[in-house]
Amino acid sequence: MRRIYESTVLRELLRPLGQIAIFVTATGAIFSVAMLLLALLFRGSAADRLLQENNHINIFAFTLTNLPQVLVDGVTLGFVYAAIALGYTMVYGVLEFINFAHSEIFAIGAFVGVEVLIALEGAGQLSSIPIWLAYVFLALAVIAGMAAAGGMAMLVEATAYRPLRNAPRLVPLISAIGVSFFLQDAIRFTESITTGQFHRIIPTFGNFDQRVSLVKLPLAGVVTDINIQIKSIVVIAAAVLMLVGLNYLVNATKVGKAIRAVAQDRPTASLMGINVNLIISLTFLVGGALGGAAGVLYALKFTRIDPFVGFFPGIKAFTAAVLGGIGNLTGALLGGIVLGMLESFAGAYLSAFTMGAAGAEYKDILAFAILILVLIFRPSGLLGEQVGQKA
Amino acid sequence: MSNVLLETKKVVKRFGGLVAVNKMDVVIEQGSICSIIGPNGAGKTTFFNTLTGIYKPEEGEIVFDGHHTIGLRPDQITDLHIARTFQNIRLFGSMTVLENIMVGMHTRLKQSGVDALLRTRKFREEEKKAFAKATELMEYVGLHGVGDELARNLPYGGQRRIEVARALASQPKLLLLDEPTAGMNPNETEDAIRLFRRVRDDLGITILLIEHDMRVVMGISERITVMDYGEKIAEGLPAEIRANKRVIEAYLGRGAATEIIA
Repeated sequence: MRRIYESTVLRELLRPLGQIAIFVTATGAIFSVAMLLLALLFRGSAADRLLQENNHINIFAFTLTNLPQVLVDGVTLGFVYAAIALGYTMVYGVLEFINFAHSEIFAIGAFVGVEVLIALEGAGQLSSIPIWLAYVFLALAVIAGMAAAGGMAMLVEATAYRPLRNAPRLVPLISAIGVSFFLQDAIRFTESITTGQFHRIIPTFGNFDQRVSLVKLPLAGVVTDINIQIKSIVVIAAAVLMLVGLNYLVNATKVGKAIRAVAQDRPTASLMGINVNLIISLTFLVGGALGGAAGVLYALKFTRIDPFVGFFPGIKAFTAAVLGGIGNLTGALLGGIVLGMLESFAGAYLSAFTMGAAGAEYKDILAFAILILVLIFRPSGLLGEQVGQKA
Repeated sequence: MSNVLLETKKVVKRFGGLVAVNKMDVVIEQGSICSIIGPNGAGKTTFFNTLTGIYKPEEGEIVFDGHHTIGLRPDQITDLHIARTFQNIRLFGSMTVLENIMVGMHTRLKQSGVDALLRTRKFREEEKKAFAKATELMEYVGLHGVGDELARNLPYGGQRRIEVARALASQPKLLLLDEPTAGMNPNETEDAIRLFRRVRDDLGITILLIEHDMRVVMGISERITVMDYGEKIAEGLPAEIRANKRVIEAYLGRGAATEIIA
């Protein structure tokens, strides 16, 4: 009996790690192979000739030498999307509606985290500090972002969604869009009266901008140094930690069982003595906190944020959630990784393969084309609607 | 002996112009097994729903174990030790059998998110106890070795048993069973009756059931309440109910009643 129980706990901690490893490896492998095949197809084409003329490298070698870096970037971005997508999918799980305000919850997390760091910098705390202190400060900023975003998500639920709980499904959706605009402008307003600026830049501190060399590989005759920015490692580590934590919370604790019970059958859950409103609040808190943390990590990675920073990551994370199967936590993880990878590949190769006709800025087209294709051909998403994974 | 566990006084529940439950008075004594019977649409399930807080009655009073329950939320009423099963099985289909039962324990487990996060000793011990208790309950209702199966993969009779185990997990004083033997074959029905008797005799849990199967009703109930068109039309011992003219009328129509009595 005890052994079975202990193994359940262990399983819930190890399973997501296994899933993450499989998803990352599989997605990376599929994208890499597809890209290399495409490069072979393009050999001798006009794009190939142009590349040889300007860069003295053929298209296959170009693809191969860039590949490792593209994969690393894709994984980083993918985890950020996954962390945001979990917020959409958790809320969908319990309430069956899309919380379009989630992208602004993400932005609030980003702003609070960045403001904390800017305040620390203003107090002269960030310059020439030991490395460990830099990590403590970053953790502090992430926690502040999580608290603010989680609290705001709960507040939004209590004021804008709960009164509409029994209204037709379109009504809370419209309310969510309204909240989204409101929060966007609220951030803008707050920033403009307190700092006079709409965009903020995360202070440079610690060793986050340094790159560590992972390995030197001889690829296509060129020795390529594959390196990764320390902040990318931080983003990946933090995201993995959160994903494992969330999986543990949902699958191995009493609160998690209550969340799943509410997702599956609200009235029956209430008859089991579960306070449904409390659990829904909690779902928003957890989803919002994940979004907030993702916001701070996003700011760390991309440096500059503005009040509209949530829009694109938000809508892409929504795409990721739909791609994986909305309401499905594992699906959100997979969808995030696939989308991050796709974007990274498109950003790196689109320009070379189209001879500059469609640059990296067109990568968004691919993300949203995927959204449309999934909605048309497989509306239940890659992993389908596994109600069991709903949270 | 007159230890009243549940008393309803003139409970009225309306849906628009329809009076689904009309001035229901029911008294349930501690440790008894009572039934509510009546034709389809008589308002039996609606009456159950007023007891558990799913519906809020417009009029009347419900006193359970010294608490007035009208206006409380379902989870608060469950907290007072009332549990129920459903006419149409409503398990959490994609959770395992043990998880379903552990959800039933929700109100009885005291653990905070902080405990869960830090995996304190208290948390681990309570989880372990909950797990052991859930396994025990699963075996009590006669299921063995299916703890890790998804609830929806169990056969119908098994699912009914899980519902009972899940209800028992909340340590009820009163167990409400809504057509617990519907769709069962005679053997399963026999087993179910034995199980309900054991629940009352071993655990001292008072049982109130809605049932159509007259063998079950007559075989197990100590008192029977008959409803028709939302009203109580009769009440008494099984033998009294069997001979009651209004009851036969309600079930079979006026002509039949005179025929049978005559």
